[in-house]
Amino acid sequence: MTAFTMPSLGADMEEGLLQEWLVRPGDRVHKGDVVAVVETDKAAIEVECFESGTVGRLLVAPGARVPVGTPLAVIEGEAVSAVPTGAAGTLMAAGPGEPVGEAQPPPTHARARGDQEPAARHERPRPRRQAARRPEQTPQPAQAEARKQSARQHVQALPEPSAAASSAIGAGPLVRHLAEHRGVNLTTLHGTGPGGRITRADVERAAPPRTARVRATPYARRLAHDLGIDVRAVRGTGDGGAVRAADVHAAMRTGTGAERPDRGPAEGEQRRHAAAAIDNRAEERTDAMRRAIAALMSHAKREIPHYYLSTTIDLAAAEDWLRRVNRGRAPADRLVPAALLLKAAALAALEVPTLNGYWQNDAFVPASEINLGVAVSLRQGGLLAPVIHRVDTLPPDALMGHLKDLVQRARRGRLRGSETTGATLTVTNLGDQGVEAVFGVIHPPQVALVGFGAVVERPWAANGMLGVRPVVTATLAADHRATDGAVGARYLTAVDRLLQKPEEL
Amino acid sequence: MKPLNNADALAVIKDSITQIIPDADFTLVEPDDKFRDVLELDSLDFLSLIELLSERTGVRIDEEDYPELTTLSDAARFLVDRTTVRS
Repeated sequence: MTAFTMPSLGADMEEGLLQEWLVRPGDRVHKGDVVAVVETDKAAIEVECFESGTVGRLLVAPGARVPVGTPLAVIEGEAVSAVPTGAAGTLMAAGPGEPVGEAQPPPTHARARGDQEPAARHERPRPRRQAARRPEQTPQPAQAEARKQSARQHVQALPEPSAAASSAIGAGPLVRHLAEHRGVNLTTLHGTGPGGRITRADVERAAPPRTARVRATPYARRLAHDLGIDVRAVRGTGDGGAVRAADVHAAMRTGTGAERPDRGPAEGEQRRHAAAAIDNRAEERTDAMRRAIAALMSHAKREIPHYYLSTTIDLAAAEDWLRRVNRGRAPADRLVPAALLLKAAALAALEVPTLNGYWQNDAFVPASEINLGVAVSLRQGGLLAPVIHRVDTLPPDALMGHLKDLVQRARRGRLRGSETTGATLTVTNLGDQGVEAVFGVIHPPQVALVGFGAVVERPWAANGMLGVRPVVTATLAADHRATDGAVGARYLTAVDRLLQKPEEL
Repeated sequence: MKPLNNADALAVIKDSITQIIPDADFTLVEPDDKFRDVLELDSLDFLSLIELLSERTGVRIDEEDYPELTTLSDAARFLVDRTTVRS
């Protein structure tokens, strides 16, 4: 059994807001499954579980802002999950005076088994200490519970009969489990079984099975809630029929169209308010992101002595190769120049490893992998730099797939936790905005940032002949504490050389 | 492949762009503007647009055809031509 903790979703992240649980106690999860949505200053991130098992207690309610490392839920290991009713409650013996314990809803029931408690306590010391340092961050249970109730009707409240009451109730473990799952308070039920025992049927009568939870993006849920639209009634067009924000907008549009003739002024007013609320929230997010970028970039410019290099690279070979490869391919399988530029940037870092890593404690620490942060500008303003891991090992097709997927999800606010951390070198490609060169600011603690401008046609002299060629300006901003200009020059020369043999990328 | 008239083609194009950029404001785009610049479609967005247009219209769009998809009016004409004339 382990604690699932608030992950660090970036070097500069200290705390995160648990926006939404995507699992419930008793759900089976596998390593890598998305289990919750956490909001940072920059974005809502889908966080994955690093453990396979069964979800036990949820320790933090949606809406709570907690420091990195705080336990959010208990994940029961395989062995424990074999006892289905043991799922929740083994950790609830949290004593008084523990901030995290206090923030939890009251114990679910008296099923804590003495033999499991010690193990549970061993798992937790580190996060507990962190939480204790900032007790004011942990919301009171009543508050959190109320917020959850009002803001998210689709998340049923965790059942919370008192421990004493529940232990006195005659109900078998399977029935208890079912009750917990359905959010039924056993103390309120009248048992119809032998000796007044509560049976499965009693629980089912009290709470008919919920319809399957609708798949929807967190943003779509929020939007639907703000607009007063039932997300279950929206037709989803996302992955696996998931409801996306665009679907909610569409539903809103069609709904409005149908209602318009007899719509009163009051309703129009209401909708305007709802729209204003969304605008405000988007603005808040944008403001928070602006502040996060401001802090990081100020830090970078204050601390890092940047030096800058620039070179113009002939892309005729790369473009010819792309044209040949893309000919006959369906649009979905085609490559764009950015895929080759990223691959070249990664392979060049393999040759010049002193640009790939971190400046820490007055020394350069080389990274063991080449993980490229890719600067993605967001349409509403601001930017994110999600990470593609081990780019040097990816064939162009795979890299292209990652790039498309990542950019799309970054813009829709559906990045995963593992995609926001671990960048060892960042690449920015402002070429699509039409500028020829971009001299970037290094993302600390990294030591370099590679920039590619627009691919443009320019007169080009080669072999004593003047011709017109597609060219790109590649730049490097590097940390002078870690490297000198000669190293940077070697890097850009390598990028140039690699792009002349695109078939080898 | 269903023959498209100009209005149909324009509708498909705008609808596809809206799917990529949900808040795209077409009042800003004159028929002869380079819509990629005005609406800030990057190369990945443009590729998605090509993907959507070929899916929805059944028209095969090669890279050589990209220059025809620079303005809304050119793009609509391109789709009309490719869905009708060929027989």
